[in-house]
Amino acid sequence: MITRRTLIVGTGATLLAGCDSLTDSPALMSAENAHRFLQRSINGRAALAREFRAEQRSPFFRVNGTANPNTPEYNALAANRFADWRLRVDGLVARPLNLSLAQIQSLPQRAQITRHDCVEGWSAIGKWQGPRLETVLRLAGIREDARYIVFHCADRFGSQAYYESIDLVDAFHPQTLLAWAMNDAYLSVGHGAPVRLRVERQLGYKQAKYIMRIEAVSSLAAIGAGKGGYWEDSNGYEWYAGI
Amino acid sequence: MEPAPEPRSVYRHRLFTRLWHWVNALAILILIPSGLMIFNAHPRLYWGHYGANFDHAWLELPRFPGWATIPSHYSLAGARHWHLFFALVLGFGLLAYMIIGLINRHLQRDLRIRAAELAPRHLADDFTAHLALRFHDPARPGAYNIFQKLSYAGVVFVLLPLLIASGLAISPGMWPWLADLFGGRQSARSVHFIAMACMTLFIIVHLTLVILAGPINEVRSMITGWWRVPEEAE
Repeated sequence: MITRRTLIVGTGATLLAGCDSLTDSPALMSAENAHRFLQRSINGRAALAREFRAEQRSPFFRVNGTANPNTPEYNALAANRFADWRLRVDGLVARPLNLSLAQIQSLPQRAQITRHDCVEGWSAIGKWQGPRLETVLRLAGIREDARYIVFHCADRFGSQAYYESIDLVDAFHPQTLLAWAMNDAYLSVGHGAPVRLRVERQLGYKQAKYIMRIEAVSSLAAIGAGKGGYWEDSNGYEWYAGI
Repeated sequence: MEPAPEPRSVYRHRLFTRLWHWVNALAILILIPSGLMIFNAHPRLYWGHYGANFDHAWLELPRFPGWATIPSHYSLAGARHWHLFFALVLGFGLLAYMIIGLINRHLQRDLRIRAAELAPRHLADDFTAHLALRFHDPARPGAYNIFQKLSYAGVVFVLLPLLIASGLAISPGMWPWLADLFGGRQSARSVHFIAMACMTLFIIVHLTLVILAGPINEVRSMITGWWRVPEEAE
C-alpha cells in the first residue's frame, strides 16, 4: 500500500538516486573548463599566489597521499640519499636531460613560502625551494609543439604509478618549482623526496611528489587513461584544480 | 443576500523574478547537500590562513548522513562536479537578477526599505500582525511587509554575495586578496559554512511562512505571477 509517508520517502530517494546517476555527466563536468577560463581571464597568467612570512608557517605540515613509495627501486635510491637518482626530462624537447640532485641544486633557485590547499579543504603553509620548472624546460629546449608537461612519479597506487600534468601556462609560471627543500631542509620522504612539483595556484593533488621523469607532450590522450592525472583518471577529479 | 465578492487578484511577481526564484532555489538545493559532502572530506573548521589535522579547529562535526548529501554515498569528486556547476548558476543568476532588477525597478520598487518602516512602532505593529498571521497591508496588498523586505534584501545583498565571495576565496586560483579579506583561506571556509547555515535557516523560515500564509496561493503566485488577495486584506 502506498501511504503518504512511503510516497514522500520514495520520491526523495528517487530524486537522490537520480542525482547520483548524473554525477559524472559531461554537462556537470563542463564547469571545470568554465572555471579555468574565468579564473585565467580575471587573474592574468602570471599572477602570483600569496606568499607568507616565515612566522606564518604551519607549526606542523601534515603528510598526505603516499607517505613512502616503498618500492625496492625507491628504497635503494633513498638508502643512498638519492645520489644515484636522475631526473629524466624528455618527450618533445630538443635535448633530453638526466639531471642529478646536485645539478638541480646548482641551477638558479627560487624560495617561496606558500599555502598548500588540499581538495579536502585543509591548508598548510610551508617554505619551498628549488629551480623554476621553466629553467629546466628551457635547458632541455622545449619544442614548439609541446602543450602539456607530464610528471611521472615513483609512488604507485596498485599497479598504476602516480602521475600528474599541467599546461604551459602553469609550467612557465614564476612560482612553479621543482622543489628539493622544504622549510630549509631536504625534502622528507613523506613530502616527496627527492623532488616534488609546486604549482601554487592549484590544489594539492597537482603537487606531484617523488618525480622521476618529466615529459613534454602535445596531448594527454595517450598518458594513463587520458584525463591528465592519477586522481583525474581513477576518481574523476578535475584536471584544472584552481577551484 | 448579497453575492460573495469576486476574489481579487494582483499581478505580484514578474516573469524574470519568478524564473530567477526557481533557478536559484534549484541551485541552492543542490549546492547545500553537495557542499555538505565536500565538508565531509574534512569536517573541521579553522580560523586564519592555514588549518589541518594538527591545528586547533573551532568546530568539528561528525560526517553528514547520506540523505543530506549529494551524492548520497561518499564521493568528494562527485560532490565537486555538482557544486562547481551550480556555483556558476548561482553566481551568474544573482548577477542577472541584480542587473535586470535595477532596470525593471523590481529592486527599487519592492525591496527598498524606507526609514518609516524601520521605526520601532512600525516594527512592533508588523510583528504583532505576524503573530496574528496577517502578513499584508490591506491598503497595499501587493507590497512586501518590512520583515519580508529585510529578509529578502538580506539574502540578495548580504547572504548570497557572502556565500559566493567566500566560496571563491577558498579557491587557490582566485585573487589572493579575496582570501585575505576574510582573514585567510580557512577563515573564508568557516564563513562559507556559517553563511550556508544562515541560508538553511532562511529556507526553513521562508517555507514555514509560505505554509502559514496559504501555500497554494503563495506557490501559484510564484509560478503564474498572480496572487489572490486574502479576504481580510480586502
